[in-house]
Amino acid sequence: MRIRAQAAGDKATIRVLMSHEMESGQRKDGTGKLIPAWHIQDVTATLNGKVVMTAEWGPAVSKNPFLQFTIKGAKAGDKVGITWKDNKGDTRSDEATVS
Amino acid sequence: MHVNAVETRMKKLFFALGLIGLCAAAFAQKSSTDSIAEYRAMLQDGNPAELFEAKGEDLWKQKRGPKNASLEKCDLGKGAGVVKGAWVELPRYFSDTGKVQDLESRLVTCMQELQGFNGDEIAKTPFGKGEQSNVTALATWISAESKGMKFNLPQGHVEERKMYEVGKRLFFMRGGSHDFACATCHGQDDKRIRLQDLPNLTKNPGAGNGFGAWPAYRVSNGQMWGAQLRLNDCYRQQRFPYPLFGSEATIALGVYMGVNGKGGEATAPAIKR
Amino acid sequence: MQTRRETLKHSAAVAGLLASTGLFPQYAQAFDKAAFETKSVAEAVKAMGGSAPVESKDVTITGPDIAENGAVVPLGVSTSLGNVKRMLLLVEKNPSALIAMFNVSPEVEANFATRSKMGQSSDVYAVAITNDGKAFFAKKEVKVTLGGCGG
Repeated sequence: MRIRAQAAGDKATIRVLMSHEMESGQRKDGTGKLIPAWHIQDVTATLNGKVVMTAEWGPAVSKNPFLQFTIKGAKAGDKVGITWKDNKGDTRSDEATVS
Repeated sequence: MHVNAVETRMKKLFFALGLIGLCAAAFAQKSSTDSIAEYRAMLQDGNPAELFEAKGEDLWKQKRGPKNASLEKCDLGKGAGVVKGAWVELPRYFSDTGKVQDLESRLVTCMQELQGFNGDEIAKTPFGKGEQSNVTALATWISAESKGMKFNLPQGHVEERKMYEVGKRLFFMRGGSHDFACATCHGQDDKRIRLQDLPNLTKNPGAGNGFGAWPAYRVSNGQMWGAQLRLNDCYRQQRFPYPLFGSEATIALGVYMGVNGKGGEATAPAIKR
Repeated sequence: MQTRRETLKHSAAVAGLLASTGLFPQYAQAFDKAAFETKSVAEAVKAMGGSAPVESKDVTITGPDIAENGAVVPLGVSTSLGNVKRMLLLVEKNPSALIAMFNVSPEVEANFATRSKMGQSSDVYAVAITNDGKAFFAKKEVKVTLGGCGG
């Protein structure tokens, strides 16, 4: 995951790049069988440990997904945490400091 | 009399404004080239290539291979361990191997000499697999370290000049089942395939832009492609046999395009269709 | 300038899209009644039971006019409305229309951007749902092209 958190005034713009296949479940493999859907389902964002945003994604979100949102009241030095969980139960978390 | 004159002037003014309005509308009509450029610009911020850059930087510093060594002493042409500015001077001649090498083949040399990997094995590994995917990640990071710098491939050595001439011949050589040459698609200005503008690789700005865009992240398949894979795929599209990884033909073409692109700004790693 | 007829058409489409996500039971009724297969605007409105998501200038959908490749289309949803509970991103012609749903807390702006796969050229919708269950939308056409053989 790559997280960039940039403060501007009294808020911070968060940009995240996640590494994930985001398999839609629509594609077929060489033998004609459907490749099962494998995608991030839940995304959670925290500011200094407190949950500030949750999102639900379907399989149509692009591979190696990008996410941008803005946290109000965040300032330089605050910690932003991003966690994703996919439909197989796999999960990743990462943290960045607001600059 | 006075009122009429004012009226006529007003009418003329409205007419003129109307014309301007129409002209503005015509200019506001976006060409598809502009729309595509806008789409690409929207993707610049948050290029998934950054994920590969991070991986490449880690691999450069990580102790790996039978010799359990990092690549931090690798000489990419500007001295052992010098990464910044190296990419815009590749391909170039290396005295230790006695040949002109591009970034990816030079990385394999370093992985062999410094880390003890088998260079031939890596060359035979398909793109995207095993150590080849590591070479791509390394190339992505190394090219990013030259972002914004200007291409300045050396031509001081006789081998470098020779490769330029070989590259030029190869660029224009027609062959394969369809009698294609690189020049068929990339030898003139203002050509495109469907909505893909084809850069003219024989001179700037096409050469700098085209050559300088790879390694690039391809959104259509979510893969990171280095210059070696890009050239490999060009040959596939021309219905030629695939060149081997690091083959002299690919290096020569790299020299030809890179020298043609002298002064152009490095933009890699780019994001591409 | 959009006529009332066109506005109603859009509302019906959005209601259908929302219904298919399973998030809004009251719209699921309309979708089940094949509101989409009705032939006239009047029938569609009737099938909806009269109330429908409203097109709003206070909701914005951002995206390119042409996407060079449907695998990655940058899209953004935002609204200046207050009392917003969640934002939805929908692509009308995708196999599942709902792309993403963002919960809006007081700590974040109602403004989210991501990238979506689009199977073909389609209208793309941003929908803002307020705490009292009302829905407001904005839409935009995004053309998707294959783009050729190289690049």
